[in-house]
Amino acid sequence: MVAPLFYIFAGLAIAAGLSVVLQRTPVYSALSLILVLCSLAVIYLLLGAEFLAVVQVIVYAGAIMVLFVFVIMLLNARAETPTDRSRFARWLGLPLLAAFLGEVLFVVLAHFADTPLSSGEAFDGGPRAVGELLFRNYVLPFEVTSILILVAIMGAVVLAKKQL
Amino acid sequence: MVPVSHVLALSVILFGLGAAGFIVRRNIITIFMCIELMLNAVNLAFIAFSRYLGNLDGQIFVFFVIVVAAAEAAVGLAIIIAVQRNRQTLSIDDLDSMKM
Repeated sequence: MVAPLFYIFAGLAIAAGLSVVLQRTPVYSALSLILVLCSLAVIYLLLGAEFLAVVQVIVYAGAIMVLFVFVIMLLNARAETPTDRSRFARWLGLPLLAAFLGEVLFVVLAHFADTPLSSGEAFDGGPRAVGELLFRNYVLPFEVTSILILVAIMGAVVLAKKQL
Repeated sequence: MVPVSHVLALSVILFGLGAAGFIVRRNIITIFMCIELMLNAVNLAFIAFSRYLGNLDGQIFVFFVIVVAAAEAAVGLAIIIAVQRNRQTLSIDDLDSMKM
């Protein structure tokens, strides 16, 4: 049951990812990105990361993407027009990128060719297991993160003020 | 069961799509969304290895990546709003005042 679901949602994620890159209108890109994030949440669930699957939907597909769509609507972002510089980037950058990622893909497929994802024993990625690890071994990074978020909130308020 | 290589391949493909969009697109908001796509590809690789090694530490890392992405989105979008207010443009071709 896990394998077919994985391939269905992997295909969906790739198709929606293509749509993110190929759409000229930012709103369509944003909606496609939400689809990518939701299919990735399903894949996280299949990989045993229940807590992160829920966080992915709530924080990413919920909060962050609402912020994106809100800003796109606020700024009234229209379809972009291609320019000379974007053509230059396309002909120079994309072949180099394709070569590099093809190499990575080759190494990944050769090195982990038929390695199964798990050895079969139970794997718990639920809130209890993640929370215990987070508050036992990673308390300091967790607390530092709260300061980071506080700074980000203040930065966002200052930057979006009327007079910068 | 799905082999590890297929999950990692999906991660590489999504990262490649994000990087390609970063190069090709000219709209600053779309470029920002392509960065989010790359972050998600990396998260997927972390979770695949977490499952493969039977170790939850990778998931903690993904948790922190999501938190940092949220902070980054808040600040980045505020910067985009400030840019639009001061320059009346969202195209990165027009934002080249720091170029030689």
